[in-house]
Amino acid sequence: MKKTDKKLSPEKKFKAGVPQKENPASTYWRVFFRDTLFLVIVLAVTLTLLTIFPAKRPTVISVSKKFFVELILILPAVMVLMGLFSVFVSREMVVKYLGRSSGLKGFLLAIFFGALPTGPLYVAFPLAAALIKKGARRANIVIFLSAWACIKIPQEMVELQFLGLKFMATRLALIIVFVIFMGLMIEQIIDWTDRRPEESKGKGQQKVRGKGR
Amino acid sequence: MGATIILINLATLVCLVLAFYKDRRKARQSLYEAVKAFIRILPVVFIIIILIGLLLGFVPKELIARIIGEQAGFGGLLGVALLGAVLHIPSLISYPLAGSLLQSGASVTAVAAFITTLTMIGLVTIPLEIKELGKKMAFLRNGLSFLIALTIALLMGLIL
Repeated sequence: MKKTDKKLSPEKKFKAGVPQKENPASTYWRVFFRDTLFLVIVLAVTLTLLTIFPAKRPTVISVSKKFFVELILILPAVMVLMGLFSVFVSREMVVKYLGRSSGLKGFLLAIFFGALPTGPLYVAFPLAAALIKKGARRANIVIFLSAWACIKIPQEMVELQFLGLKFMATRLALIIVFVIFMGLMIEQIIDWTDRRPEESKGKGQQKVRGKGR
Repeated sequence: MGATIILINLATLVCLVLAFYKDRRKARQSLYEAVKAFIRILPVVFIIIILIGLLLGFVPKELIARIIGEQAGFGGLLGVALLGAVLHIPSLISYPLAGSLLQSGASVTAVAAFITTLTMIGLVTIPLEIKELGKKMAFLRNGLSFLIALTIALLMGLIL
């Protein structure tokens, strides 16, 4: 594994950007009420359906009850785990460890740190941007983001519960392998296109400042 | 049903005790975050539970099997993969949904494709990703993730 920590010239084009804070408390409740409204609609449709087709009632009710019990036994624990991770694993810690690691160790650390802290993917983007600024390897950033997106310790437990050990373990192993592969590939592509900006002018140059659109 | 649930709850309890031992204030804050997240996800949990009930009660197995079952073609697989990429369901809740699809005749490949694209790709969050990391990286990551999700799904179909 070669070290590419130093020669990350294109990092300048990425602005770390302060995540826009749009009053988290009001967003929280807005999302909650929107979802509750959806729930009411779904509930109304379901009740109508069950009134029209009474024969389906036992199946629907027993299935829903079974899944409800399973979820209610597992979700609180998962939520507590996620809360613990999000509070105890600080951003500074992630940036500190990932910013300077390289090679296979870097990949594994990227996966590990991606799998630990929890929160939606968009929380990870500013973090990734900060890592690029710090000179972290491009491949590690991609691996970190992907691990954040789809390898989460609490989530894996829920997968284990609902899809079984064989399914969960196979998918996890495949994802780890392919995510590392993807990280290296994206790094190669980006290095390659950055190295010859004059040949792919339209492609390489205009991306200098990606704007959210 | 028992073993996994007991294991998870025990593990959580151990972590919680350790957390309180290490830093009482932070541990309490974690619990607060947990309650907040739990309340927020609750409506979605109920929606998914009801949808699973309707799915298993109303949609015939043959139909699901025909669209995304073992014998179904590549079109169905591509369809669920795209659906997973577009939808924005919390991944926690997608597992029971995936499990119920598996029970009702969907193939391992289709289910794996669905949850993998669902978690790996966020069409909704792409604008933010572009803003923070640039167009090239965002499109490359999401595009390749889609191909990789399909590959993983097909491999899982072969293995399991």
